[in-house]
Amino acid sequence: MKQINQIQAKALCLLSLISMAFLGCERDIPSDAPAATFPNIAEVFTDAPVNLTDEFFISFDPAGGANVNGFDTDNNEVYLGSSSIRIDVPAANDPDGGFIGGIFRDRGVGRNLTGYDALTFWAKGSTTGTIGTVGFGTDFQEGKFPVSRDNVQLTTSWKKYVVPIPDASKLVQEKGMFLFAAGGIDVLGDGPNGNEIGWTFWLDEIRFERLGTILPVSTEILNGNNNVVQAFTGSNIQINGIGQTVNLANGENVDINVAPAYFDFFNSNPSVATVSESGLVSVVGSSGTTLITAILNDVQASGSLEITSNGQFPSAPVPTRDEANVVSLFSDAYNNVPVRHYNGFFEPYQTTQGGAGSDPNNVDIQGTLPDGSLDNIINYTQLNFVSIGTYETVQLVDASAATHLHIDINVRETLDPSDFIRLELESGTFAGPTANGSFVLNSAALGNVNADGWASLDIPLSSFSGSVDFGNLGQLFFISDATVSDIWVDNVYYYNE
Amino acid sequence: MNLKFSYKSSLYITVLVLTISLLGCDLDETQEVVTLSNLVWEDNFDVDGAPDASKWAFEIGDGTAQGIPGWGNNELQYYTDRPENVSVENGVLKITARQESFEGSGYTSARLITKGLFQQKYGRFEARVKLPTGQGLWPAFWLLGDDSNGDVWPQIGEIDVMEYLGDEPTQIFGTIHGPQYSGGESISKEFVLEADRFDTGFHIFGIEWTPDFINFYVDDKLYQTLKPSDVEEETNGEGEWVFNDREFYMILNMAVGGNLPGPPNADTMFPQTMYVDYVRVYN
Repeated sequence: MKQINQIQAKALCLLSLISMAFLGCERDIPSDAPAATFPNIAEVFTDAPVNLTDEFFISFDPAGGANVNGFDTDNNEVYLGSSSIRIDVPAANDPDGGFIGGIFRDRGVGRNLTGYDALTFWAKGSTTGTIGTVGFGTDFQEGKFPVSRDNVQLTTSWKKYVVPIPDASKLVQEKGMFLFAAGGIDVLGDGPNGNEIGWTFWLDEIRFERLGTILPVSTEILNGNNNVVQAFTGSNIQINGIGQTVNLANGENVDINVAPAYFDFFNSNPSVATVSESGLVSVVGSSGTTLITAILNDVQASGSLEITSNGQFPSAPVPTRDEANVVSLFSDAYNNVPVRHYNGFFEPYQTTQGGAGSDPNNVDIQGTLPDGSLDNIINYTQLNFVSIGTYETVQLVDASAATHLHIDINVRETLDPSDFIRLELESGTFAGPTANGSFVLNSAALGNVNADGWASLDIPLSSFSGSVDFGNLGQLFFISDATVSDIWVDNVYYYNE
Repeated sequence: MNLKFSYKSSLYITVLVLTISLLGCDLDETQEVVTLSNLVWEDNFDVDGAPDASKWAFEIGDGTAQGIPGWGNNELQYYTDRPENVSVENGVLKITARQESFEGSGYTSARLITKGLFQQKYGRFEARVKLPTGQGLWPAFWLLGDDSNGDVWPQIGEIDVMEYLGDEPTQIFGTIHGPQYSGGESISKEFVLEADRFDTGFHIFGIEWTPDFINFYVDDKLYQTLKPSDVEEETNGEGEWVFNDREFYMILNMAVGGNLPGPPNADTMFPQTMYVDYVRVYN
């Protein structure tokens, strides 16, 4: 008994020596680092889920096409031990969902992963298929630190895969233990068109590890570009194109997608713009220039954003007509009717960019009105023709009570005398016979502008040629035949006067 | 009895762990694997600028002038003595490989030798080096036998203390070449680092060379002992132990491409630098 005590004392003494030795070479822990009080369990799946939620696999939203049927464990095909995870990837045309994917979440309050430098797992495919995305950090809650690797091609034998951790010191309480997403195999090589076929892969021994062999070789924001932009007060720019290339022990370079929160953003002039932890830059100053750069784990990322504030946004005149007399397609002043699109991107002849989608609050430019509220602006560029569509998926517009069409246009280039924009109305679109009528805005009309560059146009509907049915309007075209290529558009509405 | 045994073994393991952890951060650890400690030659690269001309000479070019274009291995670099390729800065020698069009080659680098400046037979030859990253890079710390009597390779002998390929960042290899065991037939062994890589920190690469054996070590680990009997076995008695015949000189270089590593690929980032903290020779 006495001897044991003595041994323990010596062991303790040695242990403390070891600790000192280790402390001697490890990097200093920042004084503001949170206390590492959360469990540091490394294993995610061995022969069973390790400390994961009861549901184990939490699928992406089936409403978004995720197939929840293909997830299971397998006691026959294993890399190590008695069980693996089996993923049956559906065919793209599977009525229950055309892809499979989701996450594993820690069942507790989260884990301290600061002692690891990679997520590793073993995988094997029924064929040499490609897992679209694997990673960790996504927890479907408030996880700020997702990391992922795209297009991981499997072999038909078991092989180990590595997802590096860019800066483990951030992972003091991490719940997102694993993420994957996989779709069918494009055997015909004809691109993603719904004919991809299903396949199977297995995952085993998913865990966090300290490999000691992770070497970052390049880190970038904005895909490594040094972007120079001008922006108006109140506008926001998201810093994207964030990633890192890491050299692994086998000499292979892998690219990882890194969440902005891993980075420290540096801002040379915060009175011009601010930058959030998530990489959202907001222009706050009325003039001046700032340079935004980023550092990840003491390494300067390539790529930067230089922003010069152009001051208050030159908004179009705010409409004052009574909403009761207005049918609006695009204006912050009115409730807009549902539209199919603000740009149909009609192939192959249309070159026009801008106006994507159908949400009037999420188009090209978000300026700020003098009262501080949001001013959404469509910015058509490379204009040859484009339409605002109100057909097929939404109701045709009934402007039968209207007398005029109002549009504010701000031409963002020098006008030549021969420049024009022809407005064309189409009725009956996707609902029987169509009819068209047009009205030409010549260079003089487009150039008759206020101090902010806006031409406010009020066109009598009676001035449109042809025999359009104003009660069933499906499209409003802007046709310049490339004479004018860059315009801002706001306050597009029919009204009765 | 059991108790006593476990106490001793755990103490032993603990001391081992302690030693390893100390080695991880100490600059001038003592080598338990070595026996020679009488320092006879060293360069600690303490003076910024060009390498000390009393200790190092350069080999310039693509090998054509030496009669071996591509330095005998279809290597792609042109060796220069320009500061862009070789310099001493902040206590380390930097040998830098660059991708640039130069004198008909696509890459430049440097090769330093002690031929005629320091040569000796036997001893402990050691360098502390941090290695580069990327496919196609082939740095080395090695010894060649003096050929002033007209003998040619492989009769003169070659001892590769450390060779490394940039696409295998966790391993190096130590090799001897001689008659009947040269090039692809040379006698060689690799050493793999556990949980670390050679391009993220400095490591010590050395040999102890006596009339009877050559020991190869990395840091505190002896990983290969080669004796005349090994040459005999590996070559079915055809090979000749040529390491008791003459003085050898040292070479530090970084090749690009060539038969062994293959050419750089799209992932290889240039420039790449091999950092040498010191080179020391003991008897």
